[in-house]
Amino acid sequence: MRRTTTRRAARWTALAVAGGLALTACAQGTGTGGGEADDTDFDPEAELEGSISIMGFGVGDDVAETRFQAAQEELGEVEIELVEGDLDIQQFLSAVASGNPPDLIYANRDQIGTFASRGAIVPLDSCIEGEGIDTDVFREPALAQVTFNDSVYGIPEFNQVQVLMANQDLLDAAGVTVEDLNGSDWAAVESATDALVVGEGGGLQVIGFDSKLPEFLPLWSKINGADLLSEDGRTAQLDDPAVVEALEFAVGIYDRQGGFSAVKAYRDSADFFGGGNQFATGVLGAMPMEQWYVNVLNDVSPDAPMAFDSMRTKDGDPVAYASGSAWAVPAGTDTADIACRFARVMTQTETWMAAAQNRAETREAEGQLFTGLLTGNAEADEQIRDEFITGDAPEPWASAIEAVYESNDSTFSLPANPADAEFKAAWQDAVNRVLNGQAEPQAALEEAQEEAQTALDEAWEEWDAEQD
Amino acid sequence: MATTTHDGGAPSGAAGTPPRRGARSDGGLPPAGRARRRRDTRAALLFISPWILGFAVFTLWPVIYSGYLSFTDYDVLTDPEWVGLENYERMLDDSDVRLALWNTFYFTAIHVPLLVVVSLALALLLNQAGRSAGFFRTAFFLPKMTPPVAVGVLLLLLFNGQNGLINQVLSWFGIQGPAWTTDPDWVKPGLILISLWSVGSSVIILLAALRNVPQELYDSARVDGAGFWRVTTRITIPMISGALFFVFIVNSIAGFQTFTEAYTAYFGSGNSTYSNDAALFFAIYLFRQAFEFLNMGYASALAWLLFVIILAITLVQLRVSKRFVYYEGEQR
Repeated sequence: MRRTTTRRAARWTALAVAGGLALTACAQGTGTGGGEADDTDFDPEAELEGSISIMGFGVGDDVAETRFQAAQEELGEVEIELVEGDLDIQQFLSAVASGNPPDLIYANRDQIGTFASRGAIVPLDSCIEGEGIDTDVFREPALAQVTFNDSVYGIPEFNQVQVLMANQDLLDAAGVTVEDLNGSDWAAVESATDALVVGEGGGLQVIGFDSKLPEFLPLWSKINGADLLSEDGRTAQLDDPAVVEALEFAVGIYDRQGGFSAVKAYRDSADFFGGGNQFATGVLGAMPMEQWYVNVLNDVSPDAPMAFDSMRTKDGDPVAYASGSAWAVPAGTDTADIACRFARVMTQTETWMAAAQNRAETREAEGQLFTGLLTGNAEADEQIRDEFITGDAPEPWASAIEAVYESNDSTFSLPANPADAEFKAAWQDAVNRVLNGQAEPQAALEEAQEEAQTALDEAWEEWDAEQD
Repeated sequence: MATTTHDGGAPSGAAGTPPRRGARSDGGLPPAGRARRRRDTRAALLFISPWILGFAVFTLWPVIYSGYLSFTDYDVLTDPEWVGLENYERMLDDSDVRLALWNTFYFTAIHVPLLVVVSLALALLLNQAGRSAGFFRTAFFLPKMTPPVAVGVLLLLLFNGQNGLINQVLSWFGIQGPAWTTDPDWVKPGLILISLWSVGSSVIILLAALRNVPQELYDSARVDGAGFWRVTTRITIPMISGALFFVFIVNSIAGFQTFTEAYTAYFGSGNSTYSNDAALFFAIYLFRQAFEFLNMGYASALAWLLFVIILAITLVQLRVSKRFVYYEGEQR
């Protein structure tokens, strides 16, 4: 009996040890951070062949289509497979960890720091040098977002910036101007909001001003002279008095109109992308919004009584928080040369010009206005504006174009860092706690500061340890 | 819900006498019978081997593996690093874990009884429907076919505090509805109400159980002068208690794992930047740790905590059920 028990125990022990070893063996990552694109020979004249897969990019509109065709022509016989839709982080990281990465990814610029720090993507310095990509043409904040530890990890493209959009009829009726709401004078914004709002709480009929929290806290903080993150990406500054003040102001805007809950409920009920949008129906006085919405408004409600301006610092200077996309090469790919060539063609000035020309011609054929294209490439932006934007655009769209380009020249961004998701979650959750009435701005941002700094410290510590 | 046991055509013991503890399960079959039984067992195993294989690879192995990962620091890309109990210790200090647990308990504690009551009420109504029962059965089940993500978006539309349908209906009676989707006090009640959207499957299960209640019992009760309420509480509910318990336990487990509707409405496509702590359920917090912050080790530890909680509650429910659940043919 004892012998049987002993044998059984031995069998279970062996099974447990084998299981443990199997578990350990299965738990693999990419180790210390993947390969280097430096191993590849980047020659802009080289004839390339083979195939690449691109994750996170689709040819969903004419601009993407034109640029994709240009890249295909440049790559000749190379087969290109697209995994369309937004980049699925889980799918991408799993692919890298399993040793089957895509050859190129199309990511949000604010994801680049995290991917780089974990070794999921490789530095593109040799790609940039070998393919002759001129990084000077990229807008500085865009390039900063993809530069981690002094190396460029992504080729940036597109720029999203905010401009102030307002309903001129409502402004006139309330006796205020668009300049009152551009953020340069917070007392004026508050007064204008009071003048514009109609109704309160559940009976809200017109939202006077929507400060667009939580997403625009970085913008309101910058207007107040503060950044959420230090320039080196290592220190959170969420409890900076200027950030706290910005949050108090932006939340206060909602409080003046019956609270965020009522404003959001009313905001959510609007037909945002349709002809019955909040400006066309006269139920929103003004809000800062990304420039792509100008195109939506121009398409679906060209006769809406709109007014536009840049958002401005307290000194009256235009300011906008920039975001956009970037091309990055995953660790472990063996076709970095093709991926790099593709990224170069997609982002070069000539390709953007071809895309803009196509877009302008299409719009003209449809009898619609071409309001511009913000490419993240300053040279392309300038040439597109000079060549394709006619000086006879009717008001209010001429003002919209002016505000968009002015904002595009005055952007800022948050630097690349290895804990982007945690950092963003920390400040957004803090703002949401304040909006939901669960915390005061000071307390919420202090808590967020602690969470964000802990995440940053841990992530940077890991990165620094790997570098040592 | 009659349950009978068959063992090669012979009962495993004398009626009402459980087999002796430790007795051989073959009940003292002759050698030829034992051989046949082994053959049958092998054949049965062979037939279910595809399922066993699938279960082992896609369920059992990930469960075991997540147990290992819960003791590591793992971000998918780099090798897991053994950290012992660190992830479990971290949970004790994590206020979001407490918040997520509270939200989940709150939701489950109200959602499950409400769902069972509504399901039973609808099933009782459908049971009276006569020839049109087929149509109504389909009608009540159809909402269940709606994808949960769509239900999450539907929640935002129906429960919009300003002009959602629910508040519009309330306004007909002079009631100003709350801000269901933004007021933290009303977020969970809104989610509980929308969870009744998919009540259809429970209704169908209970309806099937109701159809199995012997008509003679109702006839006898009516002859004795019992009314609807007495018949329901003394005959119907006891006779379908097995099905009721099944609905209760399955929905309790699902309640603790609730994710999609709340995530869509308050953390995902419905609101890309706005979130509400009142909707932070445990599975959502686990998902965010795993797939947004890549803390796979910590997320695995959270998953095991959830598993232990669900297991404990299920065991308690099973124990309590012995007092209230009646299975036809059961010997007590």
